[in-house]
Order: sequence, then C-alpha cells, then structure tokens
Amino acid sequence: MQRIKLKGYEKSIRKFWGQYMESKLGLLGLSILLFFIFISAFAEVLAPFPVGPMQGDRKAILKPPSSKYVLGTDELGRDMLSIIIHGGRVSLTIGSLATLMTALIGTLIGVSAGYFGGRTEELLMRFTDVLLVIPGLPLMIVLASILGATFWNMIFVIGILGWTGTARVLRAQVLSLKEKPFIESARAIGASDARIIGRHILPNVLPLIVAQMVLRVGSSILSASSLSFLGLGDPTHLSWGMTLHYAFSVGALFSNFYWYLLTPGFCITLVVLAFTFVGYALDQIVNPRIRRR
Amino acid sequence: MLDVQNLKTYFTTRGGAVKAVDDVSLQLDKGDALGLAGESGCGKTTTALTIMHLLPSNAEVLSGKILFGDVDLLTIDEERLRKEFRWKRMSMIFQGAMNALNPVFRVGDQIRQAILTHEDIAKASAWERVEELFSLVGINPDRARDYPHEFSGGMKQRAIIAMSLACNPDLVIADEPVTALDVIVQAQILELMRSLREKLGLSMIMITHDLSVIADTCNKAAIMYAGKIVERADIVAIFKHPEHPYTQGLIANFPSISGEKKGFEPISGSPPNLISPPAGCRFHPRCPYAEEICRKEEPEIVEIKRGHFVACHPKK
Amino acid sequence: MSSEEIIVRVRNLRKWFPVRTGLLHGLISREKRYVKAVDGISFDIKKREIYGLAGESGCGKTTTGRVILRLLEPTAGEVHLGKQDVFALTKRELNELRKRAQIIFQDPYESLDPKMNIFDFVAEPLVVHKIGNEEELVANALKTVELTPPEEFFYRFPHELSGGQRQRVAIARAMILNPEFIVADEPVSMLDVSIRSSILKLMFKLRDEMGISYLYITHDLATARQVCDRTAIMYLGKFAEETTTEELLKNPLHPYTKALVAAVPVPDPTARKSKVVISGEIPSPIDLPPGCRFRPRCPYAMEICKREEPSLVEVESNHKVACHLM
Repeated sequence: MQRIKLKGYEKSIRKFWGQYMESKLGLLGLSILLFFIFISAFAEVLAPFPVGPMQGDRKAILKPPSSKYVLGTDELGRDMLSIIIHGGRVSLTIGSLATLMTALIGTLIGVSAGYFGGRTEELLMRFTDVLLVIPGLPLMIVLASILGATFWNMIFVIGILGWTGTARVLRAQVLSLKEKPFIESARAIGASDARIIGRHILPNVLPLIVAQMVLRVGSSILSASSLSFLGLGDPTHLSWGMTLHYAFSVGALFSNFYWYLLTPGFCITLVVLAFTFVGYALDQIVNPRIRRR
Repeated sequence: MLDVQNLKTYFTTRGGAVKAVDDVSLQLDKGDALGLAGESGCGKTTTALTIMHLLPSNAEVLSGKILFGDVDLLTIDEERLRKEFRWKRMSMIFQGAMNALNPVFRVGDQIRQAILTHEDIAKASAWERVEELFSLVGINPDRARDYPHEFSGGMKQRAIIAMSLACNPDLVIADEPVTALDVIVQAQILELMRSLREKLGLSMIMITHDLSVIADTCNKAAIMYAGKIVERADIVAIFKHPEHPYTQGLIANFPSISGEKKGFEPISGSPPNLISPPAGCRFHPRCPYAEEICRKEEPEIVEIKRGHFVACHPKK
Repeated sequence: MSSEEIIVRVRNLRKWFPVRTGLLHGLISREKRYVKAVDGISFDIKKREIYGLAGESGCGKTTTGRVILRLLEPTAGEVHLGKQDVFALTKRELNELRKRAQIIFQDPYESLDPKMNIFDFVAEPLVVHKIGNEEELVANALKTVELTPPEEFFYRFPHELSGGQRQRVAIARAMILNPEFIVADEPVSMLDVSIRSSILKLMFKLRDEMGISYLYITHDLATARQVCDRTAIMYLGKFAEETTTEELLKNPLHPYTKALVAAVPVPDPTARKSKVVISGEIPSPIDLPPGCRFRPRCPYAMEICKREEPSLVEVESNHKVACHLM
C-alpha cells in the first residue's frame, strides 16, 4: 500500500514538473539560481583566493581585472571574484532565512484572519494595513540602527516587516477556500478547527505560500543589500551589499573602479531576477485565478 | 437551409488530439427546430462553435462542409463570414451567456453594440431597434438603460435572446438556454422561444442535455455520443421509437413527472476519453447488444426508416 | 416498507440572516432587516423514508438542510434526531451527533478536498472520531458504493475521477460511520443524465440495506418523483404543500404547486407542452409583504390573502396545504 501511495504523489510531481517546464522564464530563472546556489555551497573550493580582511595582497590594491585577478581587487588587495563567490552565500542565506520568517508570520496571520473572520480578522488586517502604510525601507533602517548591525538582526528586521503582502494574499485565498463544500463537509463530520486548518486549508494554500516565498526571497535580498549598502550590514559577513558599501566608501564611483561596483550590483540584480522568474512561473501554475487552462 | 456534412473538428492538447466532433452530419430545413442532445463532452457545443466559426485557437476543422443555403461556410474568408453570415443570418445564444453580460455597461448599450458591429446605421436608429427587441422578448423597453445587476435571471436571458435576434437572423443556435434557470422562468423562456419561432419564422438548433426541453420545443432531434451522431429523426420517432441503444437508455432513464414512473435501469460505464475513444463503435463498451463487429468497425449512419437515421450495426 | 418510527422531527424552524445595511442606514435607523430564508416550517421524517424538499432557488430548502444538521445555527425552532434535541446539544454531544447524521453535497467537483487522496478522505470521519480499523472500513465503504476494487482507488486524487465516481466517494464518506439520517442536497443535479440513475440506485440500496432515512433536497420535480416517498414544496421560506410525491404531482392543490407542475416539461413530444400559469419571478425574501407570500403572483388571490398568512393544514388524507382557498 505504501508503494501505491508514493506512486500517487510521484504522478503529481511529474505533472507539476511538466507544467513548470513549459515556462521558459521559469527554466531560465531556475538555472541561474542553481548556478548561484552551487557556487555558494562550494565557495571554499571554488574561490581562487582567500577573503579574510588580513589576507589581501598589499601589492595589488584596487587593481582592475587582469589575468591573475579576473575581476580585479578591492582596497585590501582581495580578489573580487572570491569575494563575490563568498558573498553569494551570505546574501542567499540572509534572503532565505528572512523569507522563512516572513512566510511563517504571514501564513499565521493570513490564515487566522481568513479562517476565523469577525473581530480577529478585523484586528489582524488593520494591523497589517498599518504596517503596509509605513514605508518599508526607512522603517527597516530605523530598526536596524536601534538593534545593531549583525547578521541575525538583519534577518530579523527584514523578516518582521516583510510579511504583509503574504498575509493579504493568503487571507484572500483562505476566504475563498472557506466557502468550498469540502470545508463544510469537514465540519459536517465533526472535524475541529485545528484539523480543518491543518489538514484541509494549509495543504491547499501551500502552493501559494511557496510561490509567494520564492518571490519574496528576491525582495529580501534587495532589502538586505540596501541595508548593507547603507552601512547597516554585518561587517564580519561580507555580503554583496556590504561589498557595494565598501566600494562606495573608497569612492569607486568617482574613481572609476568599475569592477568593484558592477560585479556585486550585477550579481544582486541577476539573483533577484532569477527568483522573480521562478516565482512567476510557479505563480502561473499555482494561482487559481491566473492559471491558463 | 443548413446542411452539415461529415464535419470533423479536433482539438490539439498536451495529451493528444481530442476528437471532439468526428464525422457529424446534420440537416435543417427552414422553420425546423432541431434538438441536439447529448451529455457533457459529447461534442454538441463544439459542433455549434464550428458552424459559427468561433472555435478557440487550438481547434482545427479537418474536413467537412457546412452549407448554408448554397454557400460552404468553411470555404469563405473570415471577412465575408463576418459581414454576411455571422449574426446577420445566423446567431448564437452561448452557454451561460446571461452571466457574461458586461457589468459596467448598460444592457441596452451592449445590444446596440452588437447591432452597430454588423450593420451600418446611426446610433439613434440602433437604439430604437434595441427597444423594439426588448418589447419582442417581453422586457419593458425602458429597462434598456439598466445595468445587468438590476436584471433578474430570466430578464438577463431574455436580453441575451434579444441580442441574438439583433440583426434578424434566419437561424439561431441556442446552447443550454434554460439550464441555469428556475422551473417557472424556464417555462417562460421556452414559451418565448416557441412564440418567437412562430412570429419570426426562425429556424433553431437547441443544444441541451435535457431531453424534456427538446421534447417540449423541437420538431427534430439528433443524439450525439462521443463526438458522433448516433441517431437522427423527427421528434416523435426519437421518443416513441428510439432505435439506438444509447438513445433507448437515455429515454428509459429520463425521469418524468407524468406518465409511467420510470425505474432505474442505468447505462453502465461512463462516457469515453475523446483522445483515445474505443475502437469500432464508440458506445460498444456500454452497449447491452454489442456484437463482435461493434468492437471492430465503426457503424455508418444509415436511414433505416424514412427520415430516421441510426448508426448501429445490429440495427441495419 | 417504512415503519412509523420518526427519525427527524422539525418544529417551527426559522433561520433569519441579518442584512448588512450601509453605513448611513445603520446610523439612521435601528430597524434590522432580515432575509427570512426559513420562516417557520414543521415536518417529520420517518425511518427508511426519503423525504423530498422541493422548490426553486431562494425558497430555503438548502438552508433547511444545513440548519437541521446544525451546520448553521438556527434562529428559532426545534429539531429532534431520535430522542436528541439537536439545538440543545453541547459541543461534545454535537460531535457525537455527527456520527448519526450526515450530508452529501451537490457539486462533486468541489466537495472533495483536491489535495487529499481518496483513502484519507473517506477515512477522515474515522480519524476524527478515533475509530480504528481504517483500512478495512474504508475498503468496505468503497465496495458498498461500487468503487471496486477498492485498493485501486485508495491513492488516487479527485481530479483523476469522473463526476459520478467522485459522488460515490462523497457517499462513502457520508455512510462510513453508519448514520441513520443523510441530508442529500441535489446530489445528482451536476451529473450527466446517464449517471444519475446509478447514483440514485445506490442511495436506495443504502436505504434498504442500512435503514438510512434521507432528506432529499431538489429543484427537479421529475427526480423527486423517482426518489421521494413524500415531498414538500417550499416557497420563500414556508411550506406550500406536503403529501406523497405521486399525489403531489397528480393532484396539486396549492396554486404554486399547480404552476410548478404545469411548467415542468415532459420528455414526451405527444404530451402537453409546458405552460406558464403565473407571471413574474421569485421576489426578494427581504421585506416580504404581509399575508400570504405567494399572493402577488397568485391567480386566485382573495382579500384574506392580503391580511393573513395561511397555515399548513391537512385538507385531505395525509395531504397538507397552506392556502386560504382550502
């Protein structure tokens, strides 16, 4: 029986993958992501030079790209390519963990508001609206300044403020699900609210949560990069945003150290785009309203 | 008036070609009301859309003729079809059209738009025509300025019928025109359609799965199954002397509020997959009279009595 | 044949839905408006009986089914299932009640959880009520609803099944706890005609073998005739007429019933055509005029019909009508 059960799920997965493959953007995004994930995972092996603050080549400060330093060097003589490879890991990790946090909070709030309705919904949604109204980045800057610039604080700050969109989308989905006969059927057999939410509502909104999450990672990475760029990042973790920050602090823009600016900027853009493509492809499959037949 | 010959319309999908309409032939004389009956997925709506040339992009008409008068609609170009035929000589009441009225436009405006698209007349004259049409279908002409949400279900359907009559067609194809309506409103609409047929000399194709509606309004009927016509005859012959086992099954199972109380003799099995239908006669897996030849050869549609056509091996 | 034991007893059932008034209106007047979906109905369902509740949209039949099972809280009235007073039960007792009374829905495409496989779906009542032995009971349930071999259906998902098969799954889930009473809300109206008979036949089988009584909600009088022993006609929240189904169709007494019977088309081209004997459409259930609800459309309306609402009275043997004409 277990074997047949697995076969049932295998069919669903295959069907999903078949649909995903139809999206060229989705495949492109996925390839880019896999590439960056791969180099981040194997950063130690792939980076040609070490990136510790004391490990730079004093004789090669701010050198443009050459055959030895393929993407040039920074102000401490460190190889840009290695910095970028390591930085990818930091940026992706911050983005993913922050997104996990927003997904959890957003789901909790969105599902509760949608399912329980009444005053609970009013309260939660008005609270969400307030947070939506306050400009995101300035608020993050304020919080980050107060809490201090560390790796975990940054994840917290981005996570605690990024859940509003997810909450709204989920609430809408839960509202429409609630009216479906199979939910009424669950109540008719005596299922508790907990069971209905856990067994019926969540599995049906999970695809939407995942699609939302993928889209949010891109935006989390952007937020993290912005905060780092403004100097609120953790100096011990060299993310792409931090690299940009240092680039500016040594006047890269005016002194034409183009390799110092373009590389991290290009990587941030590419990764965010990739997440957006994948999220878009997932949304096409998963969102019942825009799904093409 | 309308002679459909050997029509084949297939859809291309990810899973293969769906043989939605597979060698369908129909005939309609002027003044006829032909009931096209069958269950969901049998191809009746696709047949109608093919006649109106309103198929989606993944559909393809592979063969056949649609002779309207003496013009083959499949051979003329889109421009001529739109100018001379569509909505002017034949129009359609789409399934669920009453719910497809645009909520942000007045009902009268939407009907006027239909008129102006096909006829070159002044806006004011078109509006007059809209009011005339409203009276014709039994709605107070003043209501033409209302929005769809102000109309009841029955009124919306009347408006849709008015729209289909906008350019004085000879033929109206109605796809499930009363399915979503309450019993009494349904009777009102059926009565309206009967009287319009008489008054305007309309010919009609009534597509529905509801045999009682067909018995009530049509003088001829064609039964479709899995993309094919299995039986075709005048209305009394179909109901009183059905020849095809599927028709017999449908009629035996169709409940009625009067007459003999029907028992439960369900047709076993379920309608087939149109990508890979059964070999031979498509109905044979469910047929109580299936013979060896039914599994191998598709039966041709044959005139077994005057005006009574059946596609069935044992009946030949 | 049906014994005289009464399984479901409904008395003066009312369900009113408050109408949300606009902000301004809410500020100005204290008057509350209601949609009186169910407004005072009483009836009994006997053991092994299939009791039909028929009417057009908005008459309150669907709401009645929900309130009887307390899936919606009632506004007033009493419902007894056997000896239990349904509206007086505590939450735990109500949960116990769920084992005795179940519901089948109209839409086989929306009443199954798309993310749950068939086994889990049919087993869920067992899990909720902590009854073990799922594999055997689910297999038996699927066999009863003629989805065989059951193992082949265990791990399929709803979208892999046809409409008729899905409805069978819904029935399996409803009967797996051996209920005494099932509310069937238009169970076949969304199925193909050739499939309907087999589902209805299945419902009969459950009635014969398990002694289940049904409240059969429908808008289709022809199906009601096939299936229901007795039928009540509802109009705007009240009963217009109640009697055996055969009698109702052969000898309708209430003007509304007469209009309904005349309007239903018959699958016989040589029989009479459907006729319209009353005008207009169903009015809004908010702000009903005083007196008989049907009066605005009734061809026989009298003076008294404007003032007094007629009560449901037995005018012939086992034939109840709510009309001043009687």
